[in-house]
Amino acid sequence: MDLFSTFFNIPVLINSLPQLLSGLFVTVQIGITSIICGLIGGLFLAISRLYAPAFIQVLVRGYIDIFRSIPLLVLLIVVYYALPFVGVRLSPFFSAVTALTLVSAAYTAEIFRAGIEAIPHGQFEASAALGLSNRHTMVDVILPQAIRIVIPPLTNNCINVMKDTALASVVAMPDLLKQATQAQALSANPTPLIGAALIYLILLWPMVYVVARLEKRYSRGR
Amino acid sequence: MSAQINIHNLKKSYGSFQVLHGIDLEIAQGEVVCVIGPSGSGKSTLIRCINRLESFDAESEIAVDGITVMPGRALAAVRAEVGMVFQSFNLFPHMTVLRNVMLAPMRVRRSNAKDAEARARVLLERVGISEQADKYPENLSGGQQQRVAIARALAMEPKVLLFDEPTSALDPEMVGEVLDVMKKLAGTGVTMVIVTHEMGFARQVADRVIFMDGGNVIEAGPPAEIFDNPKEERTRSFLHAVLDH
Repeated sequence: MDLFSTFFNIPVLINSLPQLLSGLFVTVQIGITSIICGLIGGLFLAISRLYAPAFIQVLVRGYIDIFRSIPLLVLLIVVYYALPFVGVRLSPFFSAVTALTLVSAAYTAEIFRAGIEAIPHGQFEASAALGLSNRHTMVDVILPQAIRIVIPPLTNNCINVMKDTALASVVAMPDLLKQATQAQALSANPTPLIGAALIYLILLWPMVYVVARLEKRYSRGR
Repeated sequence: MSAQINIHNLKKSYGSFQVLHGIDLEIAQGEVVCVIGPSGSGKSTLIRCINRLESFDAESEIAVDGITVMPGRALAAVRAEVGMVFQSFNLFPHMTVLRNVMLAPMRVRRSNAKDAEARARVLLERVGISEQADKYPENLSGGQQQRVAIARALAMEPKVLLFDEPTSALDPEMVGEVLDVMKKLAGTGVTMVIVTHEMGFARQVADRVIFMDGGNVIEAGPPAEIFDNPKEERTRSFLHAVLDH
């Protein structure tokens, strides 16, 4: 009974719910913005990594390796607390989106590269023989096939980005986690944290389920 | 009038291994040329150089319709005039048969969708698969897929068609249907260069047969001459090996 009123205190939960939902809204905003920017950036990085002049390829490789190695929390703190010293002052929202995008683009680039490289060479040759330009070869022939291959790993990456938005709470971003910790302090009861955990679950569990389905579907046949 | 395809001193190496040893060849407009020879003789490499799917030595020269084949803008012009049919079909698996045939005219020739579709349907009719137009390549037999690939190449109204062992990946019972389509094409004015192991087809359809071995053209001439009265010992032993068994 005591346990229940400590962790699952309904009045406290109801009281904190508006705050949690406004946090959820911020979390989703950060997540979706970062996912979209990361996808676009990743696609450009992947194509540059494969087809750009050699020295740009080296730069892109360096970028990808660095941002896959650096811990996201460290990057976020550098962006938010260190960049102001060189005059770059980003709001908590843009700090979070910048850090998440930089890292997500690096992972997305590797996913796209693997997808493009998985397309049989004959597809490139057939396109070239027909006289298609590089752009049309990519847009009409290669990418539509590569997308099918990369959808499961891309969705997985989206889940990771969504989860990592919670780190934004350390730069005073009023996201779901931050709101939950504040509500917890206010009510002197951990129920809002449990509530936040449940909301994360409700948000992400369906995506995890979808990835599992996609992986099954795309591993079967083509 | 100069030849439609002019190949001069064509050399190519993979590292230190030389695949083509300075080939000279002229092919006239409308001519049907079959290239035969053992595996590794360089015959596929030769025709893949014509639309520069393979690069070749800088001192070599190939011109199609008077346009020199080299990287850059001119290459796009050459490739638009030169169709190619591959051993492994290389159809676009995510498009219907119809879209496969429509794509290049729409993107390269900037045809509108209606014209491209009308033309694609005519071509599919011509290769005998009009009723499969809305299927995807994976639902077609190998012979049907290769006929779609021929229609796709024809959609660009090429002056030259290159065939890289078009029947080698097919089950035996499907070879005939593809060769029949190619026979119908011969004599329509399109220049055809065909790498093949189908000696009967070469004898029947070719204006000229070229025998290659070790990266050189050993012998070239009308099919009757090459098949019935080869001058070179290597030609004789190759034909003996493939024909008498």
